[in-house]
Amino acid sequence: MILGLPIGFAAPWVLAALVALPILWIILRAIPPAPIRRRFPGVALLLGLQDEDTVTDRTPWWLLLLRALAVAAVIVGLAGPILNPTEKPQGQSDRLLVLLDGSWASAGTWPRQMAMVEGLLDEADRAGQTAAVVNLSDPGEVLFQPAATWKSRLPGVLPQPWQPTPDTLTSLQDALGDIAVDTVWLSDGLALDGRETLARTLQNRGTLRVVQDVAGTRAMMPPSYENGVLILRAQRPLAGLSRDIEIHAHGLDPSGAARVLATMPLSFDADATEASTEVALPAELRARISRFEIAGAGTAGAVSLSDDSLQRREIALIAGREDREGLQLLSPLHYLRQALVPNAEVLEGALSDVLPANPDVVILADVAVLAPGEEAALIDWAEAGGLLVRFAGPRLAASGLSRGEEDPLMPVRLRAGGRSVGGAMSWGEPKTLAPFAETSPFFGLSVPDEVRVSAQVVAQPDPTLADRVVAELSDGTPLVTRKELGQGQVVLFHVTANAEWSGLPLSGLFMSMLDRLAILSATDAQDETRMTGTTWQPVRVLDGFGRLTDGQTLPGVPGEALATAPLGPDLRPGLYRDEARLLARNVLGADDVLTPANWPLGTSVEGLSITPIKDLSGWFLAAALVLLAVDVLASLFVSGRLWGARVAAVLALGLTLPHAADAQEDRAILDTREVVLGHVITGDTAVDDLAHAGLLGLSETLYFRTSVEPSEPAAVNLETDELAFYPLLYWPIIPNQPTPSSEAYSKLNTYLRSGGMILFDTRDADVARYGTASPNGRKLQRLAAPLDIPGLEVVPDDHVLTRTFYLLQDFPGRYASRDVWVEAAPADAVRIEGMPFRNLNDGVTPIIIGGNDWAAAWAMDRRGNAMVPVGRGRAGERQRELAYRFGVNLVMHVLTGNYKSDQVHVPALLDRLGQ
Amino acid sequence: MITYPQLRTRAETEAARLPPLLARAEHLAGTVLLGEHGRRRAGLGDDFWQYRPVQPGDSLRMIDWRRSAKSDAQFVRQREWQVAQSVMLWVDQSASMSFTSDDETGTKADRARVLALALSILLIRAGERVGLSGTSLPPRRGEAQILRLTEMLLSDEAADYGAPEARAMLPHARALFISDFLGDFAEVEAALFKAADRDVRGVVYQVLDPAEETFPFHGRAIFESMGGSLSHETRKASDLRDRYLDRLAERRERLQLLCRTTGWQFSSHDTAQSAQAALLWLYRAMERRQ
Repeated sequence: MILGLPIGFAAPWVLAALVALPILWIILRAIPPAPIRRRFPGVALLLGLQDEDTVTDRTPWWLLLLRALAVAAVIVGLAGPILNPTEKPQGQSDRLLVLLDGSWASAGTWPRQMAMVEGLLDEADRAGQTAAVVNLSDPGEVLFQPAATWKSRLPGVLPQPWQPTPDTLTSLQDALGDIAVDTVWLSDGLALDGRETLARTLQNRGTLRVVQDVAGTRAMMPPSYENGVLILRAQRPLAGLSRDIEIHAHGLDPSGAARVLATMPLSFDADATEASTEVALPAELRARISRFEIAGAGTAGAVSLSDDSLQRREIALIAGREDREGLQLLSPLHYLRQALVPNAEVLEGALSDVLPANPDVVILADVAVLAPGEEAALIDWAEAGGLLVRFAGPRLAASGLSRGEEDPLMPVRLRAGGRSVGGAMSWGEPKTLAPFAETSPFFGLSVPDEVRVSAQVVAQPDPTLADRVVAELSDGTPLVTRKELGQGQVVLFHVTANAEWSGLPLSGLFMSMLDRLAILSATDAQDETRMTGTTWQPVRVLDGFGRLTDGQTLPGVPGEALATAPLGPDLRPGLYRDEARLLARNVLGADDVLTPANWPLGTSVEGLSITPIKDLSGWFLAAALVLLAVDVLASLFVSGRLWGARVAAVLALGLTLPHAADAQEDRAILDTREVVLGHVITGDTAVDDLAHAGLLGLSETLYFRTSVEPSEPAAVNLETDELAFYPLLYWPIIPNQPTPSSEAYSKLNTYLRSGGMILFDTRDADVARYGTASPNGRKLQRLAAPLDIPGLEVVPDDHVLTRTFYLLQDFPGRYASRDVWVEAAPADAVRIEGMPFRNLNDGVTPIIIGGNDWAAAWAMDRRGNAMVPVGRGRAGERQRELAYRFGVNLVMHVLTGNYKSDQVHVPALLDRLGQ
Repeated sequence: MITYPQLRTRAETEAARLPPLLARAEHLAGTVLLGEHGRRRAGLGDDFWQYRPVQPGDSLRMIDWRRSAKSDAQFVRQREWQVAQSVMLWVDQSASMSFTSDDETGTKADRARVLALALSILLIRAGERVGLSGTSLPPRRGEAQILRLTEMLLSDEAADYGAPEARAMLPHARALFISDFLGDFAEVEAALFKAADRDVRGVVYQVLDPAEETFPFHGRAIFESMGGSLSHETRKASDLRDRYLDRLAERRERLQLLCRTTGWQFSSHDTAQSAQAALLWLYRAMERRQ
């Protein structure tokens, strides 16, 4: 503690540097701010004026104070100030044991617990204690290590969705041996066997602090469904004030998106530990619910997963003709109806009416013949995951169904007629059931002796028969057979659904068998007989915070254990699946009760309130930085440099790049004031310079010979520059110039469409004819591929380019190739009789391609001298002259379009005017 | 290629807004150069003025025989006396004129040149002779003179402050001195006295930058002239403002006084104001009879 403030220092000796502050004060005070140099013609009038006020040659006191504060903040920051430093407790050992219950009940306060553990470890680190952190729910070896090491491992310590087992506590007690240790136990506050014993032991070894916060612990009990209403219950370990909570029912909405389907309020009365409410939800909605959760709790205990027990299956019962009126007990459906109605929604009606309701199960009792349409619909339904259960009967036995070859809706082929055993006219006794094989879904069900089968239909022996039998009689004839059909299955009971052929429907086994076939969904996990022999595969499991994670990689759990065994790493709360049945194992069972923990007398139990120890050095250093930044502004202010425009300029500079924009704007103004020819920058300095000089020469020629007075040519960067200002772009090709970006190409296409012209020059007409594969030609093909270029042709004799200013037939540059290509004339262009050229009026060719190296022929230095020799002697000069003429014609063509072509109409107009 | 299209274009634009200035020739004596300004009296010139009866002393060659044949008396044909005014310009080209506090408004030299050239165009269109003071470009007529003037006006001088050029002034001509007049006052005084001695009348036109009129500086600063020959350090520029403005006002007063003594006219202009107004004022000033 310093001066009564809750601040301590990690390195107090650094504070000695504060002594140096007065020296700094003196030094700074002697150095005045530097003057600015300004150009100002009015200085002539200033000469001889004296300053009246000479204060500002010293640093002003407030600036000194600012700087001194900044330096002081740096010094204090480096000294490592700490807020709320804890005094070293008296009489402690050199080991610290941090025990965490780490159960689902801790998950709600887990971040706070971790913050506290972090604080404890920091403290132990400063005090030089070694530490060990043990999560009792997820115990590991008790390792006393430097506290900092443990601190880095803390993020891996997580709450588990179960409570510690008493075994863990005793083994911890053994592992500790008899070493002296100080303990901090962060408990979840729930009762636990062995907690008291361990606490007492730890008290004997050193100090024991218990920290627990049970006030917020809530648990959601599994909801039950009775008499059409859903009963929701929640518990809390400690009774207290009345408290309202909300329960969210999560599930998939009809569009398949996970969302909260219903929100149900629940309130704890004062002094009550349990709250319950009844909710009536529509069956459709209820079937969609996948879990109930106490809103905002964030623990595994506040989540209750729902399984098949809440869902009621839709079962369609279809019988053959019921011609025996009044004999209800003999109705093929009577026993099924009795068995199913309490647990499922039973649909009865014609198959064609029932199937559109998409029932989960269709039961056909003694139905032999289906209409072809019905059969097809039933197959589709079964392949989409439906379960078809068929019962045999006299009609099925008498029909030829599945006799010669297997019917798709029958699991096996049947022999004609069936058989009856133990009747008046037959030898032998009625048969009993054989015990179920291990592979059978009925494995584990006990077979009552009183069930006798007196008649059945008999399966034809087939190679596949053995795989399809799930239950058989004591003599080995199949009683129940099953086959997969698409995603669904077909099950055949070889006996009737009534008591006519067997006593099976009268026995309890019948219900269990229906249950195992997932016909009934009210899986009662407590019923051991139904769970025995099954293996359940985890589908989704809960973590400590109540979040569902994938459980497919976890090993299966035997049915007996699933129902009763305590939760642990081997049995996690979650959803388990056995074939079509889905069962939820929740953190809390329906009968569990939350009880608060008991601590031995004399144990100090604290709440989870922590004053965080805070390292303030970062704040001090940041403050120093801020002060220094303020000092920059203040220094500018003192030296007179901080004025509006300057600040704005600095800010603008920081925000944007105004200079580039300005430069572009200036250039845009320059280039639009006069006609400016452009050349594309290729990246090769020599080529670019020559192109520039060439356009300069052409501009001079235009200036002297025509009314076009161009200004200095512009070097155009396709990526950054606006192209619209330049009527003509000269584009020399070199093999290694960069390909423009797609934005540049879209700019070029816009340019071409809006009337611009590009003159491509491959500059290789001396060695290559156009179309042959010179490197430049190939490069041009690649460069021009993305451009919007019309069909081309070699300049025809009557192209307007041949007469826009001079009459030309050749377009030589440095080379005199005739291969110059322009946009092809339309096919329907005709030459009127007596006219020298065809009637071509529309459009300026957007592109001219050639290889004559025109820029070289045009190139002119600033004194007007040609830069590149063309040809030899007089012939060469003539060629250069023709090159200039081509340039003039070209620019005239760009600027005047097909104006010259219009002259073709003059005779026709004169004719019309009658002259 | 076009090298200085802008200056001329802008000057033409300025000039186009005013009717051609027919500056009044003030005195006849001594200036015998013929021009297009009828003096409303007989003299040497091209246009017919009147027939008058022959007086004794007229030589026979002066008699207009065609007119005399129509009557009994003899007549002499007189022509109207026409003169052209010579206008001498001095535009300060020194470094101090290239100062600007704001890139938008442009430098003082730029404004001075545009004004001078605009005025020249008006005068030349009106048939006057315009030239630069000194010997570099004597007054001449014709459009070509505008181009020569333009070229001469575009040459910068290295000196920090310019001094008016009053050599080789034509007697009785008119003159226009455009500068910031921040340099040595004695030189201005000498030049104006010299011009006045030769009966040259004209206009002293001071062009200043807004920053020079307001002195918007703060804090510690070292002020330097544009060429760097003069410098002044201050620790608190804002304190100097009032005294600087006083001195500027005093300089103006002295210029005004000087002009009054020599029969010249004085005005001041800052580059933030419109050039049109300045040209209008100059137009009036050159038109004014002394």
